[in-house]
Amino acid sequence: MFYIYCPYCGEHREEEEFHPKGQAHIERPKEPEACSDEEWGDYLFFRDNPRGVHHEMWVHAVGCRKFFNVTRHTVSYEILETYKMGEQPSITADSQGPSREAAAVSQKEGVRA
Amino acid sequence: MSNAATFDTRTDTAIPVESPLAYSYRHSGAPRAGSSSRLQLRERAMLGHLILRGGAIVLDEAVRDVLGISLPGQPQALVQDASGERSIQWLSPDEWLVIVPGGEEFPLETQLRERLGDAHFAISDVSGGQTLLELSGEAARELLMKTVVYDVHPSNFPVGKGVTTVFAKATTILRRPSEERWELVVRRSFADYCYRWLLDAAAEYDVNVQP
Repeated sequence: MFYIYCPYCGEHREEEEFHPKGQAHIERPKEPEACSDEEWGDYLFFRDNPRGVHHEMWVHAVGCRKFFNVTRHTVSYEILETYKMGEQPSITADSQGPSREAAAVSQKEGVRA
Repeated sequence: MSNAATFDTRTDTAIPVESPLAYSYRHSGAPRAGSSSRLQLRERAMLGHLILRGGAIVLDEAVRDVLGISLPGQPQALVQDASGERSIQWLSPDEWLVIVPGGEEFPLETQLRERLGDAHFAISDVSGGQTLLELSGEAARELLMKTVVYDVHPSNFPVGKGVTTVFAKATTILRRPSEERWELVVRRSFADYCYRWLLDAAAEYDVNVQP
């Protein structure tokens, strides 16, 4: 069970009040007409599925009903930070480096995170 | 004055109206308890509910002028006038719930629209869509602990706070206007479900219902 900090409500709330809404920071192409099929297809259908730090969009569905961003570790499920729409994350895969949990899992499974 | 089409949703007094719980009282009853009761449940039906949306500064000025209460700017805040009859609650950074005595909502909406003029705002009358249930008594907090996911301990839920949360899987606004009273704003369509859940959960406290 997550205990998620809503940046608009300014406090932690139960996961039951939230819904995940997929990858964050996806920008709609400025001129869709000028896109190639590949660019438009990437924008519309293709999403990152990283092992490690991932930026996601969540909505506080029962509550303030605002969308916000969550930086979550996909291996440990740990929520590293939450921030408002339009803001940039302070924690990224580059800044974080492989975490202990990820390292432990990858060692166990014999793959590199 | 904005050019939005408005009308008074309150019916003529000659037409009989029933509270959202009228059906529940007939089917599930309204238990009366004696002095041993540790929980009182009362429906405050037919109040005027308005949803205000827009910028906090613009709305605050208008609400101060018309209603005499300032708009709560802090998240989860609930403010009332001196009589406790009128209240404004923060719902979201650009959304507030105003509850006034029944019949006052349309004049209030009209006055606010006149005062706000061409500002960017929205006012919706949601009086028909929701109802207010009031819980009081020593067991009120204990009952809430069984039903809501939110922490209702006094250290986390002081007087003057109100949150939108999950009450027995239904979306509800939970507010604490005074030390001994808790209020639930429930959807009209969920009212019967919430009422029956409350009766079941409160049976052990010898609940006393005042229809």
